[in-house]
Amino acid sequence: MADLEAFRAETRAWLEANCPPEMREPVRDESDIYWGGRRATFKNDAQKAWLEACVAKGYTVPSWPKAYGGAGLSPAEAKVLREEMGRISARPPLSSFGIWMLGPALLHFGTEGQKQRFLNEIARGEIRWCQGYSEPGSGSDLVSLQTFGEDKGDHWVVNGQKIWTSYADHADWIFCLVRTDKADKYQGITFMLFDMASEGVTTKPILLISGNSPFCETFFDNVAVPKSYGDDCPAQVGTVNRGWDVAKYLLGHEREMISGADGGDRTAGIGAAMKRHATKLGDDLDPVLRAELAMFDVDALAYTAMGEKFLDEIKVGKAHPAQPNMMKYAGTELNKRRHELVMAVGGSRSLEWESEATEGGKPSRNWLRTKANSIEGGTSEVMLNVIAKRILDLPGA
Amino acid sequence: MPLYHDEDQAMLADTARGFIAEEGNIAKQLRHWRDRNCKDGFGHGLWKQMAEMGFTGMLVEEADGGLGMGHVEAGIVLEEIGRNLTPSPFLTSSVLAATALKHGSNDLKGRYLPGLIAGDSVFAVAIDETAKHRPSRIATRAEKSGNGFRLTGSKSFVIQGASSDMIVVAARTSGSDEDADGITLFAVPKDASGMSHEAVRLVDSSMATHTKFDGVELDGDAVIGEIDGGRAVLDAMLLAGRVGAAAEGVGVARGAMDMTVDYLKQRKQFGKLIGEFQALQHRASHLYSEVEIARAVTIKAQQLLDAGAPSAELMASVAKAKVAKTARLAVQEGVQMHGGIGMTDEYDIGLYMKRDRALAEFLGDAYFHANRVAELSGY
Repeated sequence: MADLEAFRAETRAWLEANCPPEMREPVRDESDIYWGGRRATFKNDAQKAWLEACVAKGYTVPSWPKAYGGAGLSPAEAKVLREEMGRISARPPLSSFGIWMLGPALLHFGTEGQKQRFLNEIARGEIRWCQGYSEPGSGSDLVSLQTFGEDKGDHWVVNGQKIWTSYADHADWIFCLVRTDKADKYQGITFMLFDMASEGVTTKPILLISGNSPFCETFFDNVAVPKSYGDDCPAQVGTVNRGWDVAKYLLGHEREMISGADGGDRTAGIGAAMKRHATKLGDDLDPVLRAELAMFDVDALAYTAMGEKFLDEIKVGKAHPAQPNMMKYAGTELNKRRHELVMAVGGSRSLEWESEATEGGKPSRNWLRTKANSIEGGTSEVMLNVIAKRILDLPGA
Repeated sequence: MPLYHDEDQAMLADTARGFIAEEGNIAKQLRHWRDRNCKDGFGHGLWKQMAEMGFTGMLVEEADGGLGMGHVEAGIVLEEIGRNLTPSPFLTSSVLAATALKHGSNDLKGRYLPGLIAGDSVFAVAIDETAKHRPSRIATRAEKSGNGFRLTGSKSFVIQGASSDMIVVAARTSGSDEDADGITLFAVPKDASGMSHEAVRLVDSSMATHTKFDGVELDGDAVIGEIDGGRAVLDAMLLAGRVGAAAEGVGVARGAMDMTVDYLKQRKQFGKLIGEFQALQHRASHLYSEVEIARAVTIKAQQLLDAGAPSAELMASVAKAKVAKTARLAVQEGVQMHGGIGMTDEYDIGLYMKRDRALAEFLGDAYFHANRVAELSGY
């Protein structure tokens, strides 16, 4: 405990010295988030300085081992760092699917060579990754995926199409589920890593109801993927044809992340802020709307306690392995409800799609965006299926 | 503090689960006393056994002969009471009255605590005056009379009022009905002259009273805490009681859910176990998710209360409201998924529905506490 307090004091001083004031302002739009990658540019010097300071300290990926670009923090230390960053509202220095998804998969399944190369690149923000999972015909039933990699000895030739590839048009590399054995549904998928600049890769952004295009369709037309990137650095994570194990591991991780169980406060009560918002708009909360906000706050505050309990239990291995599905289900449904209420409080103001007063239609675009929460990373219905089968042990589930 | 039971608490939970399932189960207690039309609505034998287990005085400080445990521990016992629908004076006596008596004089403690700890005494609390819980308004009056007070007014929803050896009564000693100040708490003994009970059996077979105080003469030493300063004691008692009621509600919800999920694995229709139908699976999974969340926030409230954190007030109301909504869902889904037999008296699931109804109403329902969450949050 004394050590932790010393670490807290040290962290606080380091943040004070290294986190520029501009990086303590709330994130206003996409350009405030630094995603890294070969084509990335910094919005300002502060963003650059903050990234460089964190890279040097290992704080872009604080709990990864030092050898792979992290700071080797224990879970307790990582929590202190999160708390101290939260205290000064410090922005994350680097956001990426490499940090959130590929990194954890490599830490678990990767070879030493893969870890040395890819984790360090991710930690330094040099390579921006995207995820190639879903296909037009394989959404909830992901394992039916058809994108095929034909074995050509020292390389594969990949053909097929992915969809909902987040920011594929900005990504440098992709981690991609590719069928390598048509005879075996589950044990015929390989978790492949390859360069998006390879010949035959094209991307096409998808315009969403929110008016934004965070996702792409990604096409592979005879893409040659080498089987090895050097010593102890194969192109696939885990074993050939056993990529489904990696995918399942990552999906569990993704559900945890989406569930908001990462200590974020987006699910805390909103009633008081909504009251202030209504007052600012010259209105008062309708009594029935106030009642709905109160009921929402009950659910949101209770869910926050659940998130805390879930994290505490994960730390000591007490959580049911399927519990992230329950967290994802409850958390995303709650977030959708939250934005329904935000829209209701905002009234006609929240309908504005482009106005300055709404910072370019933030309320309505965010509201529409949340509708994907309960679809991406496994739909609510799939979550309920998993709970029925793995936790409640219901027959035939 | 991590939001799960530590080793000692896990051991207590094992003990409580085993003991209450064995001795406090529905056949042995709830149905037994109900079918005999018992005037108390609970068994004194079990109360004595709970004393032997150390449960009755668990919240009483060690200096006063109790175990000096906290609300996490009391919640563990209450969850098992809820799961087994055990009719028991535990919540009113060992949580509510015991919390009030913490603020009492040594004389009062000496008079009442030994009986509670030994399982010989049962206490009630008289707070509500109308059909809904509204402790902000107290009209029952206690006027100075000689060295003591004269109590006049009436109270409702006094659980086990006619069976109790002492009733904690919130009365007004100054000011007008809606004032926050001017409240005094009294420990009114069962034989107080001028106190009369109209006993009513409630939907869950528990016994309550409408209690009248018609110029009841009380000694000055019946006062719990400060004269006119009883609001703080009342609030402390309500806080403990609400967190306790939430824990019992979690038990009711879990009991109803477990029973229902088991039934889904046994009942066949259309040549299949009904648990194979996705329409029912999804509802069961949703219920599971809500019950887990309700339990988490209840433990959170218990821990905050034990730590003396100011946010315990807010979290207690969050827990009481969340549990009320969740247990309601559990019993409704329970009866519906049991189908026709869910409507029969022979099956226990209907008893869960009845208990939930009464328990949710006690010390404020989901609407009361959601409103309180809004007020405490500043809107």
